[in-house]
Amino acid sequence: MRLLLRGGRVVDPASGLDAPGDVLIEDGRIAALGSGIAPGGGEILDCTGLVVCPGFLDLHAHLREPGEEWKETIASGTRAAAAGGFTGVAAMPNTEPPNDSRSMTEFVIKEARERGAVPVYPIGCVSKGQKGEELAEMGDMAEAGARGFSDDGHPVASARLMRRALEYARVFDLPIIDHCEEPSLVCGGVVHEGEVSARLGLAGWPSVAEEIVVERDALLAEYTGGRVHIAHLSTAGSVERVRRAKARGVRITCEVTPHHLVLTDEAAVGYDTNVKMNPPLRSEADRRALVEALSDGTVDAIATDHAPHHQDEKAVEFARAPFGVVGLETAVSVCLDRLVRPGHVSLSRLVELFTVGPSAILRLQKGTLRPGADADVTVLDLEREVTVDAARFFSKSANSPFLGWTLRGVPVLTIVAGRIVHDAR
Amino acid sequence: MRLRSPHLLGIEPLEPDEITLILDTAEGFSEIGTREIKKVPTLRGKTVVNLFVEPSTRTRSSFELAEKRLSADALNFSPAASSLVKGETLLDTARNLEAMAPDFIVIRHGEAGAPHFLARHCRSSIVNAGDGAHEHPTQALLDAFTIRRRKGRFAGLRVSIIGDILHSRVARSNTLLLVKMGADVTLCGPPTLLPREMDCLGARLTHRMDEAVEGADVVMMLRVQLERMQGGYFPSLREYARLYGLTAARLARAAPDAIVMHPGPINRGVEIEGEVADGMASVILEQVANGVAVRMAVLYLLARGGQA
Repeated sequence: MRLLLRGGRVVDPASGLDAPGDVLIEDGRIAALGSGIAPGGGEILDCTGLVVCPGFLDLHAHLREPGEEWKETIASGTRAAAAGGFTGVAAMPNTEPPNDSRSMTEFVIKEARERGAVPVYPIGCVSKGQKGEELAEMGDMAEAGARGFSDDGHPVASARLMRRALEYARVFDLPIIDHCEEPSLVCGGVVHEGEVSARLGLAGWPSVAEEIVVERDALLAEYTGGRVHIAHLSTAGSVERVRRAKARGVRITCEVTPHHLVLTDEAAVGYDTNVKMNPPLRSEADRRALVEALSDGTVDAIATDHAPHHQDEKAVEFARAPFGVVGLETAVSVCLDRLVRPGHVSLSRLVELFTVGPSAILRLQKGTLRPGADADVTVLDLEREVTVDAARFFSKSANSPFLGWTLRGVPVLTIVAGRIVHDAR
Repeated sequence: MRLRSPHLLGIEPLEPDEITLILDTAEGFSEIGTREIKKVPTLRGKTVVNLFVEPSTRTRSSFELAEKRLSADALNFSPAASSLVKGETLLDTARNLEAMAPDFIVIRHGEAGAPHFLARHCRSSIVNAGDGAHEHPTQALLDAFTIRRRKGRFAGLRVSIIGDILHSRVARSNTLLLVKMGADVTLCGPPTLLPREMDCLGARLTHRMDEAVEGADVVMMLRVQLERMQGGYFPSLREYARLYGLTAARLARAAPDAIVMHPGPINRGVEIEGEVADGMASVILEQVANGVAVRMAVLYLLARGGQA
């Protein structure tokens, strides 16, 4: 089976390529990359005016299955991922029950294979039942296909457990992904602690509560030689701590979310629960530091932290609403319109943050269009405009902070292993 | 002139001319409270739901009396007997109440933003009677009414608000109002209860009580709650009283004709010495009396705005 993507602008940061060209797909793999490739009888997709990239990967999504299928399922979440330009998603383990065993990891992979639009890379729990007490069976989960470990939704609060996890996971060369939050400092906080929390009378979630744990994790990774990945990093101080740790050779990586890159705590004025997430939206100075860190290599990946909740669950008083926003179907457009278009980050760097970065963290051997690679491809239309409309989401949930935003730049075609899984051209 | 919004969600969205309008209107209504027949037909046929999800005695009675003096039909809804304890959401409760077509919902709620949430989902005029640690606009208006009667002005007036600023909706609303009206506001409390970002409200911050009281025209004390001690904000009520309690000796540092205010309920011997609370400078009971007239003015003006 052959498929030729002809005449697009090919952006493949892994091979330093950003030039017009064709991409030939054969039997689920990239067969050739260049100009004037002969179709040789296969299907031809005209990509004139479009950008052809390696398949985007999302490091951080909550697919809610099993246990909370009214919010999302593996089927609906991966369909949303495909529509958002993602050819694979890492699924966080805080389901009900949590993914802390081989059988749960196998369930997620099997469900994705049978009903999913794109592959799912399960993240297993660090601790049994995410209780923060004993290590979960990481070896079993790694064998079954887990690509990392996290108690996300919760921090790994115990420094001792974090140390053991970092040490133990070295055998599998997989990262410990930490949601950095010192619980005793957050203590009921629902928005960034600062002027906005002072004005709104909402309990503050101070940036120092994240930074203390980022620093702790960097020190523990350095001490143990383990790999730590900081999830949804949100403050200028955290950026600085990761930057310094990287400079001294610590095996530390980090991700930021589109919402932390474009919104600030000012969005909470009016108490819209669709801007309530954990960590909270931060100050403008924090936001700018995150954007700067995209280009200098401190940030390794952009991840959605897609966290669907039913509208009834969000239609309550601000402090009582669950944390989290959906992101799979808006992430790429938000980044293209608000980061690439104004020139805060180059297109090829953005592509890198969605491909090479997450692939390296999860040890996936993906994220490139080099001949021989899996034929996972994301095609972008940089000129097309979209107005974010929950009615058009494939996700079961609509809790987006970007509803009504008009964004320029849309993922229009998603190909997984040579098969078209979403086509909006 | 009319109020610009059909709701009173806080002081923050009000313009100075709207504040003046409410205070001037309240002057007119306060006379009704002195009549033998304390009732006017102004809101006859209007329905007000008093949705007090958080317990309250003073504010609820004050609203109820204001509604009755205006001849509105008042429906009281309190948490113990309500469907909220049966797990119904605030939104469902509000929708059910709305099905009975009230003109106003007066809401007191333990969570900041609850009135704003109702305003987005309901057709009635929403009046915020205190939302979490956010705002308590009618309290600030009645305090302003009291201050204006006593002092005749706001511009340049030195007002010190002392106590648990962090958790106080009264402090937020009063600061916003007084700063808008040109007063010189000082906030005072221990650093744990007066975070530095509170300066965004436009007030001066100090952690030393003597500094706050020195030369003040108005000393407003806030209630301190026992659970703050358990939350680690200060070591003991005894030490709190020693550092931030208003004593006669401390009050002597204020302007000679200074007034002492407190939104109530007071903790005698903690944030305020009994002698000061009952003393000549205290206007604490006047505040309560003025509350009815101010709330009448708010309901009247909102009703008028709604019909426009």
